[in-house]
Amino acid sequence: MRALLVVLAAARVASAEPIAIVGAKVCVKPGQVLDSASVVIDKGKIVGVNVATPAGARVIDGKGKFVTAGFIDGVSGVGLVGIDLEPSVVDGRFGPIDPVHEDPVHASYEARDGFDPRAVAVPVARGGGITAVVAAPLGGLVSGRSAAYALDGSATPLRAPTAMHVELGASGSGATGGSRGLGVQLLRELLDDARAFAKDRASYERNAKRRMIADRLDLDALQPVLRRQIPLVIEAEAEADIRAALRVAADYKLDIAIAGATEAWRLAPELAKAKVPVILDPTANLPANLAASDVNDEAAAVLAKAGVRVAISTLGSAGGARTLRQLAGNAVARGLTWDQAIAAMTTVPAALYGLKGRGTLEKGSVADVVVWSGDPLETTTAAEVVIIGGVVQSLESHQTRLFERYRVLPPR
Amino acid sequence: MRSVFASACLLLACGPRAVKVTVKPEDPKLDISPPWVDPETFWIRGAPPPARPLSDAVSDPNAPTIVIKNATIMTATGARYDGGMIVIEKGAIKYVGADAPAPAGATVVDGKGKFVTPGVIDAHSHIGVFSVPVGKGNGEGNEAIAPVTAQVRAEYGYWPQDPQVARALAGGVTAALILPGSANLVGGRGYTVVMKPARTAREAAFPGAPQTVKMACGENPKRTYGDKGVLQTRMHEYAAFRMAFAEAQVYAAKQAAYVKARTIWEQRRKRALELDAKRTDGKTVPGEPGPEPVPLDLRLETLAGVLRGDVLVQIHCYRADEMAQMIAIADEMGFRIRSFHHALEAYKIRDLLAAKGIAVNTWADWWGFKLEAYDGIMENAALLTDSKVRVTIHSDSAIGIQRLNQEAGKAMAAGNRAGIKIDENTALRWITANPASVLGIDSVTGTLEVGKRGDVVMWSASPFSVYARAELVIVGGRVAYEKQKGMQPSDYELGASSLDRRTR
Repeated sequence: MRALLVVLAAARVASAEPIAIVGAKVCVKPGQVLDSASVVIDKGKIVGVNVATPAGARVIDGKGKFVTAGFIDGVSGVGLVGIDLEPSVVDGRFGPIDPVHEDPVHASYEARDGFDPRAVAVPVARGGGITAVVAAPLGGLVSGRSAAYALDGSATPLRAPTAMHVELGASGSGATGGSRGLGVQLLRELLDDARAFAKDRASYERNAKRRMIADRLDLDALQPVLRRQIPLVIEAEAEADIRAALRVAADYKLDIAIAGATEAWRLAPELAKAKVPVILDPTANLPANLAASDVNDEAAAVLAKAGVRVAISTLGSAGGARTLRQLAGNAVARGLTWDQAIAAMTTVPAALYGLKGRGTLEKGSVADVVVWSGDPLETTTAAEVVIIGGVVQSLESHQTRLFERYRVLPPR
Repeated sequence: MRSVFASACLLLACGPRAVKVTVKPEDPKLDISPPWVDPETFWIRGAPPPARPLSDAVSDPNAPTIVIKNATIMTATGARYDGGMIVIEKGAIKYVGADAPAPAGATVVDGKGKFVTPGVIDAHSHIGVFSVPVGKGNGEGNEAIAPVTAQVRAEYGYWPQDPQVARALAGGVTAALILPGSANLVGGRGYTVVMKPARTAREAAFPGAPQTVKMACGENPKRTYGDKGVLQTRMHEYAAFRMAFAEAQVYAAKQAAYVKARTIWEQRRKRALELDAKRTDGKTVPGEPGPEPVPLDLRLETLAGVLRGDVLVQIHCYRADEMAQMIAIADEMGFRIRSFHHALEAYKIRDLLAAKGIAVNTWADWWGFKLEAYDGIMENAALLTDSKVRVTIHSDSAIGIQRLNQEAGKAMAAGNRAGIKIDENTALRWITANPASVLGIDSVTGTLEVGKRGDVVMWSASPFSVYARAELVIVGGRVAYEKQKGMQPSDYELGASSLDRRTR
């Protein structure tokens, strides 16, 4: 591992010079694609598109290539989940009830405490053109707080917390003996308590307050949600649960997003009106959930057409993060526009989680840039150069090393 | 008991048969004949009905004539016709090649700008057994009561109205091997199906497909039985495999001895009857009791079928060293492994797999979900193919099965990037001809050749493009899916989903 770190460090130093990607097809931002354009990067930022190549710049030939902003998975397991079935390397994945506190509320959980920047999935995702993730907890009623990380190996989050994550439906109701309505009530009670707690913290500390349903740190963690500093990302599949989420958001004046969102397409106008973004996996088209079985292959397109901001996500995967663009491509094959699909992996998650200056290649943006061998939504293309924060990244991983070892077999 | 041993030959005759086109009676016909056409019934009821011949798969006298003209036809044989034509008649492919006048009375489809391939075949699916909706009333994949449940069959659990069927079909899948799960060392028999919604499991059977059995090693059986105190380590897993097959060997030997004794008895009986016929004094040769039959043991019957070579062995196995263990056991016990499934580390022992002629079914890019899946690499399929191992890209997922064409494209591209040349024909074979071979149905499907079954897909673009959609899926010479009409909602979805309203 030490050797690898040295290599990475060397790569960073070597790439600190300005970079110019020239002659490429460049997606500056969703809706703006330029042919044979150049992208100039310096000091971690985008200097501009089609500006003069500075002297001493490292020039990357982009002929026949496609350049986009790096993709962002807005509900990711990268850094939290090492190996799904090995609990010692799984963080932020809760059952309906917390085994320690016998409590479905994990609001105080912070993904930044569980995130491992050296997790094996990090370089694999990076090799797939994912430059940032929002590492998000899952499970329980209130899963906890997510954190955004650049996938350049840095241990410092881009932003933390990025959101509070809540689960209605099966997970949330599992916490309340299977009643979805009680799950929503528990959430309301929690928000009430958090409000009351904030109003008079002193009496809480004196133990002079009525019993609160959550611990002090949980109530504290909910404050940025009540102040609308971070959104409440509500995992909900069934129309009924999404309607409940919209009511909670209206009653408590919260910024929310709906994740999972199997039946969200049925409420497209309502979601558009409430300006609630949706985070979904467009390939999840099985009527698997008895309570949310009205699946629609074209859900992403229906939502986008109605004016809902759609983010595409693997919804918590670690090893599968690199398939993000395939999910987007499939959405395009089912009615989403190419631009909307790019936005769903760049500008929409960046805006949703407050990742300022990310998601486009406009002048002054953070230089998270990927040079693709062709259309990034095609599964037969690949990320050839991945730049994060202006630094060309190593694409070496456990997998590339295995390939090198077994490219030629030892004699039998 | 007349025919008890008339069918001794059946013991040897249950493998795939040569194609001989026979005319099937009228259609449609709801087939509810018993599925257990192997020698099981032989022991209790005399000769079983003859196994349905594989040739049934290429004959459907009432099926229409369908022509796709002017398309790019990728046959998966290496031949490719730009602006080509295919004619499907009475369930089978009548013509494939350059454009020509369509036969009279045919339904003609304009294939301009379209791509035509054989139907996609998935060598590893749980559709119908791990059905949706997921509920307490569903979920037939794992009989996790004991590590060896060779007696159970995916067929018995197969729900032919699983909504996943229509979705797989819309992804261009025309046939699949439905397997029990991997909780058990021997999970039971697989079921090769035609990917069409049906009323009965039997109706969904791929006509004449050989029997298969699902085995699994490594983490899953350990995880399933570790806490139950039944089986905790790989040490026990491989011992348990050997013990099960040792038991099956004794069973098979008893069966063989019985057949032999019964044959002798039959000859003596026949001779006695002949002698009796010649006598005029009314006396007869005293009768002798026949040998005691071996009681039917469904569990051992499956394993004995493996030893006899009648049942194709499909093994879920991730690690290279474990595949080698299984090969050693197969060599010791005297059976052949048809293919390994998942096999993320197959690339490490591709020389051994090639030497043994064992196929590999794997994914394009799955890895890391458990320790034994830690060393998956995207070049697995390409490296194996390069070493002459037969490879398929399988799904093991009702989501993944809907885009196996893309998965093959990913694995192809990964190989080419790594300098291992994989052409489109090879990648297409990963999801057509090769899985057909793994299932033992390659003599009748998997490629576009004259005489083969009319399992055909017309794609809107190159099947390796993420934007390609299956627009027309023909199964056994009949149109089973048209994108324009949408997928057929399952019974479950009727009146309760917008899919029902959208497709009406």
